[in-house]
Amino acid sequence: MRIGTAKQTYAADEALFDTNVQRAWMGLFIALCVAFPFMASEYWLYMACLVAIHVISVTGLNIVTGFTGLVSLGQAAFMGVGAYAVAYAETKLGTPALLNLLAAGLLTAAVGALVGIPSLRVKGLYLAIATIASSIILHFIFANWDSVTNGVKGVSVPPARIFGVELGRPFALYFLILPLAFLSVLGAANLFRTRIGRAFIAIRDRDISAEVLGIPLLRYKLMSFALASFYAGVAGGLWAYFFRVVTPESFPFVYSIFFLAAIIVGGMGSILGSILGAVFMTMVPEVLKIGVGVASPLLSDAVAVLSPVRTIVFGILIIGFLVFEPHGLAEIWSRIRRFFHLWPFKT
Amino acid sequence: MDGTERPVLEVNGLSLAFGGLKVLNDVSFAVPQGSVTAIIGPNGAGKTSIFNCISGFYRPKAGHILFEGEDIGPFHPPRRAALGLARTFQNIALFRGMTVLDNIKLGRHAHMKTSLLDALCYFGRARREEMELRREVEEKIIDFLEIDHIRNKPVASLSYGLRKRVELARALAMKPKILMLDEPVAGMNREETEDMARFILDVKEEWGVTILMVEHDMGLIMDISDHVVVLNFGQVIAAGKPAEVTANPDVIRAYLGSGDVEALRREFRGEAA
Repeated sequence: MRIGTAKQTYAADEALFDTNVQRAWMGLFIALCVAFPFMASEYWLYMACLVAIHVISVTGLNIVTGFTGLVSLGQAAFMGVGAYAVAYAETKLGTPALLNLLAAGLLTAAVGALVGIPSLRVKGLYLAIATIASSIILHFIFANWDSVTNGVKGVSVPPARIFGVELGRPFALYFLILPLAFLSVLGAANLFRTRIGRAFIAIRDRDISAEVLGIPLLRYKLMSFALASFYAGVAGGLWAYFFRVVTPESFPFVYSIFFLAAIIVGGMGSILGSILGAVFMTMVPEVLKIGVGVASPLLSDAVAVLSPVRTIVFGILIIGFLVFEPHGLAEIWSRIRRFFHLWPFKT
Repeated sequence: MDGTERPVLEVNGLSLAFGGLKVLNDVSFAVPQGSVTAIIGPNGAGKTSIFNCISGFYRPKAGHILFEGEDIGPFHPPRRAALGLARTFQNIALFRGMTVLDNIKLGRHAHMKTSLLDALCYFGRARREEMELRREVEEKIIDFLEIDHIRNKPVASLSYGLRKRVELARALAMKPKILMLDEPVAGMNREETEDMARFILDVKEEWGVTILMVEHDMGLIMDISDHVVVLNFGQVIAAGKPAEVTANPDVIRAYLGSGDVEALRREFRGEAA
């Protein structure tokens, strides 16, 4: 048990960060995030933006799959809806970027709620298949609704403009994407301190008794889907501004599996797990790539030999997580924290 | 029992069938305001089925359920919960992924107003409601049920007796007008049973909550209930004060099958004393 954390008020006990040490670390982290673009190279900025976009999407998926227990394999297709919404708004309507992102989120939320309707009757694998079917339909729409999506050729998106400032390079976009990622995570963390978050978890753990406790299942399941899709829509919108071209191939089905893997590796039903999972899934292939680069002078044909090894190592890492740490990186993190809290005593 | 007051819950001519199997057959009884009413009967008599009809899981084939004079037949379970019908389950239905505190807080769901947007911002109404709830849960419920030492523990790590108590706490958080307890002391040792009996009586007296319970422990029923309904094969075979009911030969036959009525009668008296 931790000591020295006595509280005077209930508000202090319910705070997201309940000790000064935590608040100090958080402050340091934010300061580092602000300073990062001024120190990092273009490549690392690019990766940071991509990680932040993934954090938003993974957090959304964790709300519906990790916290509400409704397996969704449509997150990539939902991102596609958001990306196309932004592309359409930018090219055809010319509305401001922040408004486009909000509209992308809301539109995707509506689509998500529609896709979530089967969740009232089917669960688990069956629901996963239902969401796959929905994402195939969405892909078909992306590829064939020429007047909006420009078919297989896709849409080129002009750079985002906010208050007259053009956000073209990752350096500038970083200051749009990262705050939104922060807000998304903060929103999700807040959610699970209130009755709505509790209702989601109740549905995951035992939906029948949740109903007897006064939770209307249909409304909350659809709400969960809509919220997850809102996150995906915003992430997809940012994706469109980041890559500046949206095609039907931008959001393949395997991208949905990527997100699902991220919440499993990070930790299902954990906000921190969403962040760690997104970072892990995005960065580990890159780190392995760098590892191959380092090894290449030592071996004559390193790239040819090690590239497949890289993919295999990545796969083994994921399997390793499933077997040895089913609660994900978030659990490893809390174990480390516990160690330092209790030091020099054990457990 | 106060005959002048309207009963808080009335079940009239309730019938339920699964295919050809008649589970309940024209069951009628009333739960007087402020009473502890017990439903007893052999296994498979339909006791839990009555609970499931009242909380809205099962749609009865015929009959009415009146809650404070209103027919709640067409209402969905969440609506019934919001009206003040709270229950616990025979095989404990707590949420394993949550702490004790969150499980209890969940009970208040239907009485809160926080919207999705409030929740995401955790500002204004959401924050105010959560703080109010926390204070009430801590000061009224956790303190009352003596579970303050486990409030931050995950439910999965608790013993059976404590889980039953947490489930009672969650039901109390629902601001119940009637509390339905499905075998509140099943599988408990004597000490835990006595604790639970004390809590049930305190809920009745201090909170003014009417209690309807299904229980097999005759000792507990004789001690704390005011009114007993006996069920056998989906039919009410007797109803009345505990002492009257246990003296009823039909009841004794239902429990024992047939044969030595006197021996069982002696046993009842022994347990009641």
